[in-house]
Amino acid sequence: MKVILRNPRREVAVAGNRRVKDILRELDILPETVLVICGDDLVTADHVVREDATIELRPVMSGGLR
Amino acid sequence: MKCRKCGEPAVLELRRHNAAFCAPDFLEFFRNQVREAIRKHRMFTKDETVLVAVSGGKDSLALWDVLIDEGYRTTGLHLDLGIFEYSVESRAKCEQFAAAHGVPLIISAVSDEVGAPVPVIKAVTRRPPCSGCGLSKRYLMNRAALEHGMPVVATGHNLDDEAATLFGSVMHWQTDALPRQSPALPSTHPKLVRRVKPLYRLSERETAAFAFLRKIDYIVEECPFAAGATSIAHKEILSRMEDASPGAKHNFLFGFLDRARPAFERAAAVTLNECLRCGQVTTGTICAFCKLADQVKRRVS
Repeated sequence: MKVILRNPRREVAVAGNRRVKDILRELDILPETVLVICGDDLVTADHVVREDATIELRPVMSGGLR
Repeated sequence: MKCRKCGEPAVLELRRHNAAFCAPDFLEFFRNQVREAIRKHRMFTKDETVLVAVSGGKDSLALWDVLIDEGYRTTGLHLDLGIFEYSVESRAKCEQFAAAHGVPLIISAVSDEVGAPVPVIKAVTRRPPCSGCGLSKRYLMNRAALEHGMPVVATGHNLDDEAATLFGSVMHWQTDALPRQSPALPSTHPKLVRRVKPLYRLSERETAAFAFLRKIDYIVEECPFAAGATSIAHKEILSRMEDASPGAKHNFLFGFLDRARPAFERAAAVTLNECLRCGQVTTGTICAFCKLADQVKRRVS
């Protein structure tokens, strides 16, 4: 599958049908720090992403002094 | 994973609440948290106009969206920081949101007010960029509210922002900063408007999810000067604690607000004056904003 990451924007490939929680673990991303977007939907950690799918891991952390 | 309320497939798991929600029930959960914040701290009423500080990011636009939906009278305030393409895009997001919702938006440029945009302020003052930026924002938000006759400024600070700020203050035992950390700061001077944070009960993942589900077009890219900011480092530490122990951030912040803050509040007694230069509120004779503007103008000219 294709995984889109942000800040900076880049793409990585992950092989096989995988649960979201396993993808995050493989990429060393804490679940609380991203939204997992599949098409027009948000998906939860137990969702299985098919090998031919694309997901976006959108960071939620904003920073600096606001 | 199923929605706790209706049993339909969930779109978001909230581990600290031991719950998951479908989209409609999450949006309602979110609005309820904002309603509770406004009610508990008597932040504002529907008879008042609320100045909503909007950056173009997820938090402030989500806040504005909720307040409009809830029937509050709002005006947006966007401060153009002059940070290259990031600021151009941020301003455009705010303008598009305001136009789509038919709500007024005030735009003020930091370069007009301070004499230079944030990147130049950073270079000439050798301050951390977030320092001069934050100082300018607080000053300009208060001044804009006063000039337009609005009694309250609402900002999009969320639970993660507040927990990270508290963590930083505690790490350095900044006891003067602790009493000022509150979801609602009252007006303590005729020239100081109320400052409120209606999203303080919601994590930044929750505000991001709300913005996404509401199809709010916000700027996803981070401020280029935020990389390496201490507050980001504190957020990363707290996120690791949250991952190991869901609810850690909530317990840290709410425990402080409920049990520790009152002790520091009693210890604080600050006399407020009016700046001899601009008339805004300061604890000295010349306010920090005027000093910053003087410094920038000296170095730039």
